Amino acid sequence: MMEDIGMGVLETKISRRGFMAGVGGLTFAFTLGGGLLGRASEVFAAPEGAKLNTWVTIGADDTVTVMVPVAEMGQGVLTALPLILAEELDADWSKVKMEYAPPIPKLYGNRHPLFNGAMLTAASVSVPGYYMPLRMAGAQARRVLLDNVARQWGVPVGELATEPSVVVHAKSGRRISYGEVAKFATVPAVPPKIADAELKKPSQFRLIGRADIKRVDVPSKVNGTAKYGIDAQVPGMVYAAVFESPMDGAKPDKVNVPDVMKIKGVTRVIPLPFGVAVFGDTVEATRAGRNALQVTWDTSGATAAGFDSEKAVAEYARHGRDPNAKAMEWFRKGDAPKALAGAARVMEAEYSSEHCYHAQMEPMNCIAKVAPDGQSAEVWTGTQSNFLAALVASNVLKTTPDKIRVHQHLLGGGYGRRIAPDAVAQAVVLSNITKLPVKLMLTREDDLAAARPRPMTYHILKAGLDGNGKLVGWHHRMVAENVDALAAPPRFKATGGKDIIGWRGLEQPFYGVPNMLAEGVREIRGMRVHPWRGIGSGYTKFAAESFLDEIAYASGVDPLILRLELTRDHPRAQAVIKAAAEMAQWNLPRSGRGLGIAFSDYHDSFSAGVAEVSVDRKTGKIKVHNYWVAVDPGLVIQPENVHAQTESAVVYGLSAALLEELTIKNGAVQARNFNDYPVLRMADLPEIHTRIVASDAAPTGMGELGVPAVAPAIGNAVFQLTGKRLRSLPMSPERVKQALA
Amino acid sequence: MSVALTVNGKAVQVEAEPDTPLLWVIREHLKLTGTKFGCGIAQCGACTVHIDGAATRSCVTPVSAVVGKTVVTIEALSPDSTHPLQKAWIAEQVPQCGYCQSGQIMQAAALLAKNPRPSRDEIVAHMNGNICRCGTYPRIVRAIQRAAREG
Repeated sequence: MMEDIGMGVLETKISRRGFMAGVGGLTFAFTLGGGLLGRASEVFAAPEGAKLNTWVTIGADDTVTVMVPVAEMGQGVLTALPLILAEELDADWSKVKMEYAPPIPKLYGNRHPLFNGAMLTAASVSVPGYYMPLRMAGAQARRVLLDNVARQWGVPVGELATEPSVVVHAKSGRRISYGEVAKFATVPAVPPKIADAELKKPSQFRLIGRADIKRVDVPSKVNGTAKYGIDAQVPGMVYAAVFESPMDGAKPDKVNVPDVMKIKGVTRVIPLPFGVAVFGDTVEATRAGRNALQVTWDTSGATAAGFDSEKAVAEYARHGRDPNAKAMEWFRKGDAPKALAGAARVMEAEYSSEHCYHAQMEPMNCIAKVAPDGQSAEVWTGTQSNFLAALVASNVLKTTPDKIRVHQHLLGGGYGRRIAPDAVAQAVVLSNITKLPVKLMLTREDDLAAARPRPMTYHILKAGLDGNGKLVGWHHRMVAENVDALAAPPRFKATGGKDIIGWRGLEQPFYGVPNMLAEGVREIRGMRVHPWRGIGSGYTKFAAESFLDEIAYASGVDPLILRLELTRDHPRAQAVIKAAAEMAQWNLPRSGRGLGIAFSDYHDSFSAGVAEVSVDRKTGKIKVHNYWVAVDPGLVIQPENVHAQTESAVVYGLSAALLEELTIKNGAVQARNFNDYPVLRMADLPEIHTRIVASDAAPTGMGELGVPAVAPAIGNAVFQLTGKRLRSLPMSPERVKQALA
Repeated sequence: MSVALTVNGKAVQVEAEPDTPLLWVIREHLKLTGTKFGCGIAQCGACTVHIDGAATRSCVTPVSAVVGKTVVTIEALSPDSTHPLQKAWIAEQVPQCGYCQSGQIMQAAALLAKNPRPSRDEIVAHMNGNICRCGTYPRIVRAIQRAAREG
């Protein structure tokens, strides 16, 4: 089944008609028979008011084709989303295939409150955002099949039932496959109404929650047939490399073009506002040309030109401590300043984190083929938003997104990096110059130079304890550049400058502290800060959960007990904390090892982790021996994948906690490759123990949930072991040595 | 210049300079795209292929160095994706984004060819040069152990 996942056939098509007809789109229907897209066009051509949306096609051969509106970057959506629709359709899973939905947000946008209809793959909300629409679409499709069979056989629809991909009339013993129905079925202009109560109960699920259903993309990923953007080739294409500008606004000044043109196979060298492009007949020629380039940059127009990591941390700290700092409120409960002023004891602590690089294994790349008249284009790439890709390509050509055909591919890692459409824009520029298909592939060095990092942050925390040592006031102020300002400018404007991505996790909805205030202080430094797996929670939870640990020790309460007390009104939060502690045998003494615990909610999902560490006092290296993690992401679609995603998030979190810092000097990334930007390797892998805490709540997302608790759990474990508090990410050997000195 | 190679059991001729990394010959000239580019400096292992049976980073191997040798890529590890590691990789649901997995499997295959029952430490020592940014390491270890067990 679905062996063709990831092959070239899975391409996205977009037509002007599709865009024009993208009205309404809040209700869901389906088309039957024939080629999906042809049929979809007919539906789009239906009279105004049909409000049809196409999620599923049933072929005469019983094939069920489900449209997938998001990108596959390893999180398993090519399986999970079709599975949800197939559940309500009561489809035979072996007959289900997928096709990427075209970039039409009005039809295929994610209606999760975080996205409000935008079409992109991010924030762990693909399953949460599409769960109900896909169930509804499946249920409507099933109802249409039943109505058609009832008419054909002249029986009341109430006497019909379904078994996987078969309509059954028990009274007469008649059976007919969905494909057979598709041959004669008509689709109503207005889709049938399905009440929520008519959807399956969890006890009726045949597909959702099954551990034996495997990911459909896995077979193609063990034999080399999976196709990523970088694997695309189109006839007549030329190759290009771009020596990327070290920062936004830096332009090539002096370039040794004649030297590079001497290299065999190099055909053109063109300085551009975003870097220097080298064209060639072969990839190796463009690589040789790229490596021979010598470029001096004019940084007079670059805001980031003066940015220096070491200095910036100190400046951020100063800005955060300034009582007159312009701080914007993000979360408030009660009156924190008053509670702190009246507290018997006030504690203060500061934390910080460095920029981090996504380090997705597939460097950024794109093939663009601009039409001879420069008015339309095709692009081949793997992107977290095919809509944004179409939009940015159309902006380059001063045309409209419907003129851009995006051939979506598998993503060799996303983690937020492939939201930014920079490679698409650059490839379109290059193809527009040459009017040839151009395959742009960045070197690892240029991928690093063009990093879109997790922001550097500085945190100032204050807590007020009453006479009994009870936590009564909490104030968390964070200083950072704002991710929303770059990644979601319209939303940033609409919220008056709140950073929904970068400030995530400053809020504390699940801790019963009566007075809390969290706020952000904005830096504008010109760094290209960007969403990074776990977004704000990756550093806000490090600061908050480490500080909470300080409070626990200062007030003589076990850190586990304190968290259980604070979450007493939130059973789901409490349950994951209890589960993690139980898995770790929290009260079991360990010789030479420390234990630390942390809790983190993430977009309405819950997780808690316990780390068991030892420290090499000579080298300063932290060894994480075990990590226990409990998660509650609401209803689980694919249990095996939830375990896999949790392991993955923990490794990502470990890498950030222990190793990763993208040092910036004069606005430019200093690391050049994996030799000087190390990421976690197998030798540093702890035993990871995952547990899913069962919950019937609606699914709330999984891909990033495991990241945030890792760093504070490790820091807290180091404190338990050594009595020294680590206040900066990453907790590198150098920093650990300093702390222990 | 024209270079004669044996790749996946077939004799092929490619037009390439002698210092061209084997990786690009495999991927762009021969269109065997299962082998991946990750770093270009033998730091990540995504480009791993077998040269005369040895796991080798093709991104730093000039094509001239493999003339007269046998190159095997992920596409020819088995004729029908039934190498014990490929079966184990599916059974353990190893890949996530999947980009590094061709290199991981080729690296692991060279280990099992020499050492059919590696210990966990031997697995880690052998695999440590291959980065998986999705963090599938626990499953890679399990899959190698499974392949060793089940054959």
